[in-house]
Amino acid sequence: MTSPSPASPIPASEAIRFEHVSVRFGGVQALDDVSFSVGRGEVHCLAGENGSGKSTLIKVVAGVYQAAPGARTDYFGESVTSLTPKLARARGVAVIWQDLALFPEMSVAENIAFDGLVGAPRLVNYRAIRATARTALAKLGVTLDLAARLRSLPISGRQLVAIARALAADAKLIFMDEPTASLTQAETDHLLAVVRTLSASGVAVVFVSHRLAEVLEVSSRVTVLRDGRLVGVFNAADMTQSRLTELMTGRRFDQAVTARDVGEKPIVVQTAGLTRRGEYEGVDLTVRAGEIVGLIGLIGAGRTELAHTLFGMARADAGVIRLSGSPVAFASNREAIRAGVAYVSEDRLALGLVQPQSIADNTVITILKAITGAGGLISEARKSAAVTKGINEFAIKIGRPDDAVSTLSGGNQQRVVLAKWLATSPRLLILDCPTVGVDVGARDGIYRIVRGLADRGIAILMISDEVSEVYFHSDRVLHMAGGRIVAEFDPRRIAIADLERAVYA
Amino acid sequence: MRDYLRTHEGEARILIVLAVLIAFLAFASPSFFTAGNFASLMNNNAVNVIWAVGLLVVLIAGGIDISFAVAASVTQYLTALVLLAIGGGDWILGLLFAGAFGIAIGCVNAVLIAGFRITSIIVTIATFNALFGLLMFMTSGRSIYDLPDWWTDRIAAASLGEGASLMLPVAAMAAAMAATWFLITRTTTGRQIYAFGDNPEGARRAGVATVKIQFIAYGWMGLMAGVGGLMQVNLAQEVVPNALIGRELDVLAAIVLGGARLGGGRGSVFGCFLGVMLVAVVQNGLNLLGVSPYAFKMVIGLTILGAISLSNVDLGALLAGGSRRRGHASSH
Repeated sequence: MTSPSPASPIPASEAIRFEHVSVRFGGVQALDDVSFSVGRGEVHCLAGENGSGKSTLIKVVAGVYQAAPGARTDYFGESVTSLTPKLARARGVAVIWQDLALFPEMSVAENIAFDGLVGAPRLVNYRAIRATARTALAKLGVTLDLAARLRSLPISGRQLVAIARALAADAKLIFMDEPTASLTQAETDHLLAVVRTLSASGVAVVFVSHRLAEVLEVSSRVTVLRDGRLVGVFNAADMTQSRLTELMTGRRFDQAVTARDVGEKPIVVQTAGLTRRGEYEGVDLTVRAGEIVGLIGLIGAGRTELAHTLFGMARADAGVIRLSGSPVAFASNREAIRAGVAYVSEDRLALGLVQPQSIADNTVITILKAITGAGGLISEARKSAAVTKGINEFAIKIGRPDDAVSTLSGGNQQRVVLAKWLATSPRLLILDCPTVGVDVGARDGIYRIVRGLADRGIAILMISDEVSEVYFHSDRVLHMAGGRIVAEFDPRRIAIADLERAVYA
Repeated sequence: MRDYLRTHEGEARILIVLAVLIAFLAFASPSFFTAGNFASLMNNNAVNVIWAVGLLVVLIAGGIDISFAVAASVTQYLTALVLLAIGGGDWILGLLFAGAFGIAIGCVNAVLIAGFRITSIIVTIATFNALFGLLMFMTSGRSIYDLPDWWTDRIAAASLGEGASLMLPVAAMAAAMAATWFLITRTTTGRQIYAFGDNPEGARRAGVATVKIQFIAYGWMGLMAGVGGLMQVNLAQEVVPNALIGRELDVLAAIVLGGARLGGGRGSVFGCFLGVMLVAVVQNGLNLLGVSPYAFKMVIGLTILGAISLSNVDLGALLAGGSRRRGHASSH
C-alpha cells in the first residue's frame, strides 16, 4: 500500500481559501484553527467522522456560522467577512444537503428555478422558469422532463435536479453531502460523469462523505478533519479507504484478519441456482453453523434482493433454498422468522426500529408471543426479563429501558436491533450493511458482538459495500456483481488492496 | 391527453367519474339534464365552492381549517349588526365588512398556528368551538330576519332560458375561483404556498417567509369564509347562527376528492370545483331518482370512499390495460 503524500501546492486560482478558522459553541470547540481551500473547478473530498467538524466547516463557508476573529476567509480571491447565507449564495456557494430540500409535488422546472420565485411578490413567468431549467440541465449534459413532478423521479434524478438548481443560482462551488449514499453503481457513475462536466466548466465540487471509495477517483485532493482539527490535505490518487479510515479516527484498529476455518460444521443454509429475474441469477451459496460469510458488492449488485428472498420477503423465480438440509419456500417473512431466519435491515432508521417507541418495546417486538402471559396479555415480568437479558448481553448503553430508541447513538441503536433479532434464537442471521451510520470508532463493538454470535453456532451472512468490513470480519468473502456471485475469496490468502481492486474496479 | 393525465391526475380522475355519473343520470332521470336543474345545482353549491377554494389554499400550504363554516356564521352576524347599525349599507360595504371580519378570524388562526406552532387541526377545532360557543352565547341562538333589501334581493347573473337563471352567488363563485387560481398559479406568492406545503424546511432554507405564507393562506380562507357567508345570506334570506355548522367536513371531503392532498403541496381550483360538484350531482341524482333522503349521507359517504380509493390506482396503467398499484408493496 502506498502511503498518501502531502498534497501538491494549492492551485493558483482558488474558489475559496479559509485559514485559521475556529468556531466555539459554548464549551465545545467545534473547529480549532482549521484551514481549507478548494481550487476553481477542483473536485475535493472533505472527510471526517460524525462530530469531526465537517458540517460546521460547511456551515462557515455557507455563511450560517461565523468564524472567530482572526480567520482568513477568501471567496474567489476576495477577502469577505461577516457573511450571511444570502451573501454566500450570492458569492456562488451552494450546499446540497442529503435531504436535497426539494419540492416533490412541484415540477422539475420549478424545482430547478425555485430560487427565482423567492423575493418580492410578482407574477410567475413559466416560460422563463423553463428556460432557466433547460439551461441548467444543459450545463450538466442531462435531459429531464421539465413538466414531470419531482416525486416521479428516482433519487438519482432528484439529485441532478438539486445540482441543476445550484447551477441555476449561479453556483461556482457546490458542496454535496453524502451524495452517493442511496445511489446504485450506475447512478453513481452517472453522477461522477456529471461532476467531471461541472469541473471542466470551472465549477468546483466538494464531496462530504465518510464513504469515499467511489468518489476518490474523480477527486484531486482530500481534506481530513478529526475532533475539529485539520488532520491534513492529501492527494486523492494515493488514498485508500482503509488509510482514510485511519486518518479519520486517528486510531489503528485491530485490523487483523479474523477469518478461520469452520471445518465440517453442519450447513445451515444452502442455495442452488437461486434466481429472481432482473435482480440476481444463479446464486449458489453456503453458510455453515458458526461461520461468517461476507457478501461484498456495490449498491445495485442484487445483495439486498437476495437477502429479502432468504428472509421470505420476495420469492425466487428459480432455484432452491435449503435450511439445515430441508428445502424451504417461505410465503412471508413470518414463516422465515419461525424457521429461524433473522434479518437486520440496511435501513435501520426507517425499517429496523420503531424510533419513537421505547428501547424495551423495540427489543421484544419480535417475540411478543413468547412474553404473552395469561389472558393473551403481555406479561410485564417476562417482558422486562427479556429486555434486561438483551441489554446486558449486548452491553447497550442506555438511560432507562423506557427511553425512546431515537435517544440512542447509531452504534447503540444497532445493538438494540441485534438484541431484538437474537431474542428469536435464529439459526441464520443476515446482516445488511450492519455499520451504516455507525461511527468508525463504535464499529469494533458491533463486530465483536457478531463474532460472539458466530461462536454460539449461528450462521451469519454479512452484506456490505465496504471491503474492509468483510475482509477483516468474515471467514469467507463472496463478491457479488450484476446479480451474480462472481468470486470467492479467503481473507487469509489475499491482500486487502487486491480485494478492493476486484470490487471497485 | 396522456400529458394532461400525467400532470393533472387528480382532476382527470374525478372528471371521468363525474362524466360517467352525469351520463347515467341523463338517461335515468328526464329532469336531470335540464337548464333548471343545472341552474339549481350551481346556485345551491356556489357557496360551497367559494369556501372550498379558500380551504384549498390552506390545504396546499400543508394546513387544515375546520373552523371556516363557523367563521362564516360569525361574519354574517357581525356584518348584519354593523350594517344595520349604520343604516343598511350596500353590497360594497357588505363585501368590505364580511371580508374584513373573515380575514381577521383567519389571522387569529394563523397567529396560533404559525406564531405558537400548534398543529392546525387542533387550533381550528379550538377556534371552531370557541367561536361557535361565543356566537350562540351572544345571540342566544336568535336569528336575524330583518335584513337590508339589497342583501336579500335575488339578482340574476345570467339567464339560461326556460326561466332558469344563475344567481349572484354563482358570479361570486366564478370570481372567487378566478382570484384563487390567479393567486396560486400566477404569483410567486402562490408558488411559495405550494412549496411551503410540500417541504416546509426546504422552503424555509430557500428563503421563503414561512410565517407570512401561513398568514396569507389562513387569511385567504377567512376572506372566502366571509364572502361565502355573505352570499349564503342572499340565498337563505336570513342569518341563522347555527345554520352552517357541519358544512366544513362536506367541503373538506370534496376538496380531497378533487385531488388536493392532506399534508400539503398539491391541489387545484378546477379539481376543487369538480369535487364539490361530484358530491352535489350525487345528491341531486338521488333526489331526482326518488331515493329516500335518509340514504343520502350513506351514498355520499360511499361515493367519497370509492373515488378516494380510485386515486390509488395508476390511471395511465389502467388505460393501458393493466391496473397496477402505484409504489411498491412492502411486507414487514
